Parts: sequence; C-alpha cells; structure tokens
Amino acid sequence: MKKAAVDENRSKDGSWLLGLAVLSALIFIVMPLCFDIFRLNLVGKYLTYAFVAVGLVLCWGQGGILSLGQGVFFGLGGYCMAMFLKLEASDPKSTAIQSTPGIPDFMDWNQLTKLPWFWQPFHSLTFTLIAVVLVPSLFAFIIGVAMFKRRVGGVYFAIITQAVAAILTILIVGRQGLTGGINGITDLKTLHGWDIRTNGAKYVLYFINAGLLVASLLVSKYITSSKLGRLLLAMRDKEERVRFSGYDVSNFKVFIFCMAAGISALGGAMFTLQVGFMSPSFVGIVPSVEMVIFTAVGGRMSLLGAVYGTLLVNFGKTYFSESYPALWLLLMGGLFISVVMFFPNGLAGLYDQHLKKRVAAAGARFRAGRAAGLKTAPAGEPPGMEKTAATLPGGIPGKRTKGPKQPLETRP
Amino acid sequence: MTKGIGNTQKRFGNFIRGVVPAAILGALAAAYGADAKYPTAKVMTTGLAVTDNEVTVGILHSLTGTMAISETGSVEAEKLAIAQINESGGILGRKIKFIVEDGASDWPTFAEKARKLLVQDKVAAVMGCWTSASRKAVLPVFEKENGMLYYPTFYEGLEQSKNVIYTGQEATQQILAGLDWIAKEKKAKTFYLVGSDYIWPRTSMKIARKHIENVLHGTVVAEEFAPLGHTQFGSLINKIKLKKPDVVFAAVVGGSNVSWFKQLKAAGITADKQTLLTISVTEDEVLGIGGENLVGFYSSMKYFESLDNPNNKTFVPAFKKMWGPNSVIGDVTQAAYLGPWLWKLTVEKAGSFDVDKVAAASPGIELKTAPEGYVKLHENHHLWSKLRIGQWKADGQALVVYESGLIEPNPFPKGYQ
Repeated sequence: MKKAAVDENRSKDGSWLLGLAVLSALIFIVMPLCFDIFRLNLVGKYLTYAFVAVGLVLCWGQGGILSLGQGVFFGLGGYCMAMFLKLEASDPKSTAIQSTPGIPDFMDWNQLTKLPWFWQPFHSLTFTLIAVVLVPSLFAFIIGVAMFKRRVGGVYFAIITQAVAAILTILIVGRQGLTGGINGITDLKTLHGWDIRTNGAKYVLYFINAGLLVASLLVSKYITSSKLGRLLLAMRDKEERVRFSGYDVSNFKVFIFCMAAGISALGGAMFTLQVGFMSPSFVGIVPSVEMVIFTAVGGRMSLLGAVYGTLLVNFGKTYFSESYPALWLLLMGGLFISVVMFFPNGLAGLYDQHLKKRVAAAGARFRAGRAAGLKTAPAGEPPGMEKTAATLPGGIPGKRTKGPKQPLETRP
Repeated sequence: MTKGIGNTQKRFGNFIRGVVPAAILGALAAAYGADAKYPTAKVMTTGLAVTDNEVTVGILHSLTGTMAISETGSVEAEKLAIAQINESGGILGRKIKFIVEDGASDWPTFAEKARKLLVQDKVAAVMGCWTSASRKAVLPVFEKENGMLYYPTFYEGLEQSKNVIYTGQEATQQILAGLDWIAKEKKAKTFYLVGSDYIWPRTSMKIARKHIENVLHGTVVAEEFAPLGHTQFGSLINKIKLKKPDVVFAAVVGGSNVSWFKQLKAAGITADKQTLLTISVTEDEVLGIGGENLVGFYSSMKYFESLDNPNNKTFVPAFKKMWGPNSVIGDVTQAAYLGPWLWKLTVEKAGSFDVDKVAAASPGIELKTAPEGYVKLHENHHLWSKLRIGQWKADGQALVVYESGLIEPNPFPKGYQ
C-alpha cells in the first residue's frame, strides 16, 4: 500500500509538471503570439493578480486560513515599488515648478518641505527589491503571530484581515501627504533609468512577471507536496489532532500566511511596474474579496486552477465591460453566481468531475507501462504520513488534480 | 501593416474622388460634403480612427460604482453635444461616432480603458474622467500615447498638460472671486474651513486660507477635514457653533454631503443664522441632499441651470428633451457639454484631427454658444470663465446673486502654494 501511494504521488507530480508546462506554454508562447502589446499588457496585469490567488491557494486551500485582506500585501508590495519609481521620477529638474523641488509632487501639494524618513531608503533599488517582499511578509508575520498564537482562526480571522485592509486604506487615504492619498502614487516613469512605459519594456516586464509567477508556482508546489504541506492539510481538517500530536500549529500557520503575503507582494510590485501606478483601491476590502473570488473560480485547492481562474475572471471583466458598458457588472455577477451554484470547486472541480476518469484511465496505462521498470520506491516517508494522504481522497481535489491540461490532450 | 494598406487605399480613393469627378461634379461635391475639401489623408496623418465620413471619439466615465451618480450627467451632456454637432453637419464633413467605456469608479480601470481607446480604437479625442484620481491615473497614458482628453470637472489645479483640455474651473477661478464677494457682501472676517480629506479640498482650502489671510486680512478660525464617506458631523458642527465664524467655507463631497447638510439643519444651523459658502454643491448634489436642507446657503460655481442667457435657454430644453424633464444640469454637466464643441472648433481651426495640431490650435479658441456664456481657451489649456454665486432655493434651483467678469485660469497660482 505504501508503495502504491508513493507511486501515485509521483505520477501526480509528473502530471502536475505537465500541467505547469502547458500553462507556461500558454503564458510564454501562445499569448505573446496572439495578442498585441496592449492586450498582452492587460494579460500581464491579470497575471499579477494570479500571484495573490496562488498565495490564497496556499493559505486558504491548503492551510484553511481564509484571509479577506490579501490586497494589503499586494498593495504593500506595490507601494514599495511605487515609492522607488516615484522618487526616481521626482528629480529636482522635472519638479522644478514645485515650491520644494526634488520631492514627489503630492508631497509638495500637501505642504511638505522634506522627504519623510521612511521614504529615504527607497532611493536604493536594492533596498526596494528586498522591501517589496520583506515589508509585507513582516507585516503578515506580525498579524499572524498576534492572531494564531492566540488561536484566533476561521471566521474571526477573516473578519480581522478585512479590518486590517480597511484600516490600511483609511491610513493611506488619510495621510495623503505621505502616501499620495486616494490618487495613489502616479506618473511613474523609469526604473533605474529604464523607461518602463515603452512597448519594449512592457514585453520585458511581461516575461519577467510570467517567470516570477512560474517560480512562485514551483515553490508553492514544493511546499504543498512536502511534509509541511501535508501537515497544513491535516491542520485544516483536524487542527486539534495535529496539536495533540505535538506540533506547534500556530508556527505553521504563521509561516504559510507570510509565504502567501510574500507571493502576493511580488504580484503587487509587478503590477506597479506594468500598470505604471499604485493606488489605495488595491489595498481595500473590495479588491481583497475579488482576489478570493479569482481563487474560488479556479478552485481553491489547485495552484494552476488559481491562475486559470484569475485569467478567466479578468478576461470576462474586460470583455464584458468593453462590449456592454452598462450591463457588465450584472454579467459578472451572473458568472460568479453560476460558479458557486454549479461548480462549487471551481475550474479544478469541473475538471475533476468531467475529465478525471479519462485521466485515471490514461494514468493507469502510463503506470502499467512503467511499473516494470520501477523496482524500488524511495522510503523516506515517515510512518503515518502516507496514511494521511491515503485517507483524504475525495476532500482534497487539488491534491488529486493530475494537471488540468493533460486530459485535454487525451481527448479524441 | 493593414493600416498602411488601408491608408493607401484611402489615399487612392481620395485621389479618384478628388481629381477625376472634380471637373464634372465639383459643385455637387462641395454641396455634398467636405470630403473633397478635407481629404482624410490631409486631415489625419497619425493613424487615428478617421474615415471619409466618420470620426471616432471616446467617452470615458464611470457608468457603475460610487461615482456613476455624478458622472452620468457628464455622459449625457457629451452625447447631447455630439448629437447636436452631427445634426449641424459634423466636423470637417464627418459625423462623430462615439465609443463609451466604463471606468467603473476605479482608477486603474480608467487607465486600462483609456489605453484601450487610444491604442486599439485610435479615437481622435476622449471626453471623460471626473475625479482627480481618475485623471491622474489616465494622464500618463494620454501623454504616452499622445491622446486628447477633455476633462470637465472643477479641480485643484497644479496641473497642465499638452494632452488635456480642462473645461471646468481650476481652484483659484472658483475660490478667489467667491471669497471676495462674501467678504464684501457679508462683511465677513472669520472663516471656518471644512472639507473632505483628499487632494481637491486640501488644495482648495490651502488657496482659500492664503487668500483670506493675505488678501482679505481675515482670520481662519479652524480648518477641518473629514475622511471621504464620513457621515458623523456632530462634533464638527458643535465646534462651528462654538467658534461662531462669519462664514463656513465648505468642500465636502459625495455621500458625506448629504449627512453634512442634513445634520447642519438638524443642529439648527440654517442660512438665517449662519452664512455658508460651498464649492462642492451643484444641482446634481442638491438632488441628493434635498433643496429644503440647503435653503439660503451659497454655492460658488461657474454655471447654474437657472442662468438667464439665450444660450442657456436653448441648452436646458434641449437637454431635458433628450434626457427627461426631471434631469438636472450641474456645473460639471455643462462643462462636459463644452468638450465636444471646443474640440469641433479646434479641429476646424487646425484643419486636422491630429492631436499635435489640435493641441497647438487650442489656445485662443472661443466658444460663444456655451450655456455659461462666452468662454475662451487659455494657453495653459484651461478656460477663461466667469464665476457665479448661487443661493439655493427649496426647489433645488439656485438664484444667481453675483456674477464676476471673465477670470483668467491660473493652475499654478503664485503666492498660493
């Protein structure tokens, strides 16, 4: 039985990688070939949201921690990047018209005469790149420690994250001299002298973004298929049992929450670079909940599903709003309702329902062919762990997902 | 590439149309349209969406979300202006076609849609945006893609772009003359400044304070900002009662406005006891606040629906005929109506739809048919305009009690920064 489980895991990982390859081909090759730079830039923007969705699969799907405030981390990452770009755009020469040249324009409008202390380090690109990931992760760490050590979870945690999102929005809007207020940080031009507004730059940024997304997916996959990933699953389903087994549950929760925050922040920074500004409208409750919807549409257990879900919802948004400017919100609402009503497990669930059998058949054939060559299975599994995996068959569709794209190829 | 072929075909078509039949049908062609006089290849050299009988513009406002209620009036005014221009023969012999995009009260969406209009639809001009935040979001797009934006809202100034025509007033136009009037008329010496907390009220109050202190030699007894969407003005109203200022100068916006005025009335602060001058209430807002809550208070605007002049007397019925008898016309709605007309005049002066030529031809454009009266485009792409003080009546209309002369726009006022 042990051998069979490991064997199954292996083939699952294999088909996941195949699924990732299909997704990568779609992002790296098909989309750049099919779309002009304007559309491609939009796809790039959507893909930055996919970072958040991937983070949510980790902490919500895998860890059972529903955060309704992921926009906070997306926003913090984006703001860190935007601060660097804004400082670069506000050199004394181009801001000569201001009362205090050399500081960002909105500070000048708000009668600031000196760059605030926390803006100072953002003159450095190295610092900025570190801060993009570190600041949001640190913030998540503080929230995580404060909540999880006190065993706050479930609905209460969701409400608190939502409150954090609201607080941060109010703070940013209220302290407009320091943050750009409701307008956000706009009019960003160059990154270390490199004009990010040109078409060439947009192509480059798109591919960097796509590369980072694939890297995030790989890291996330590594986590979910490691012992840590299984512990998270166990925690999600029977937290007390894991605690009584001697694990410090809160540490794992804090870790996965920080991880999700860090990944979201990468998305935020790439958003700022590709769209050219950052505003508090990405920090608040509405975008945070929207990002949960992306994940739900994709299937909250499926890393690849999250990316597809994000793309689908955003394509829908753009398409509907361009075609039916007066009706599009209703159409989007219809889409969400039908997803919840008919496909509660999202795209990944849809795949599981309708295509899983074909994959199982194909997988069996594949395994049968390979069984002869596979003599010794690596036995690094701690006892009990394969049991966890084996006794959770139906409830975790993502773990069972054999890469969403493979079945399409086995179709006649 | 396809565009290149299209252009060649057009040029060839124009050649045929221009040369061969001209000898025979010259008179007829002149009577028929402006094609012969303004061949597409000549009036448009930058790949804009201009054909022999059509030119495409974009309308970019929030049709959904929190700003929809404010921006709908602007969309209606722009559609009316475009319909009227088309009826009167279009621009350079071409009818205006418009593409509406929804900014959804969301600034990044505005940027996305602006880029779509400019890059994909190649519109010749865009009428749109409302909040400063949305304008700030699209500005880099317009400058990068070299588009032309006609922006209707009164705003804080501190901006000037080749790619934007500001058809609303900038802060000094709206504030200074109003304060002068109230200081003179009401012998006001002490001012209480109240605003929502974002860039426009902040900047407006900064300008107001400098003017009160340096020019009027009055006193600002307090300056308070409430967060956007704030609805509890009780403590603020108590402070006003305590300080007893000669004038409350207010720039509260959006939903807060309704609470602000209702709570003022509930607290017994009405026009017979307290002079109040606001720069954020037009007919549109009064519809939401209720005229009875505002009776006797003053608004400082460039346009009121009740303006008594011939232009306005034809504009108001035309608007109500198109959009229903219950529609109201506020300051921004009227400014939005100016956009397509100013653009038409500018294109005709330039003899071209090209953005660079339109931008260059803009200074000096005079619109004599504006409902607000005569306006003229300044070199800084803002409008010379008058300021009016309206006193609100219970029926939601304003009695215009003061009208200034034409005020020069000055988005970067010296001494007020």
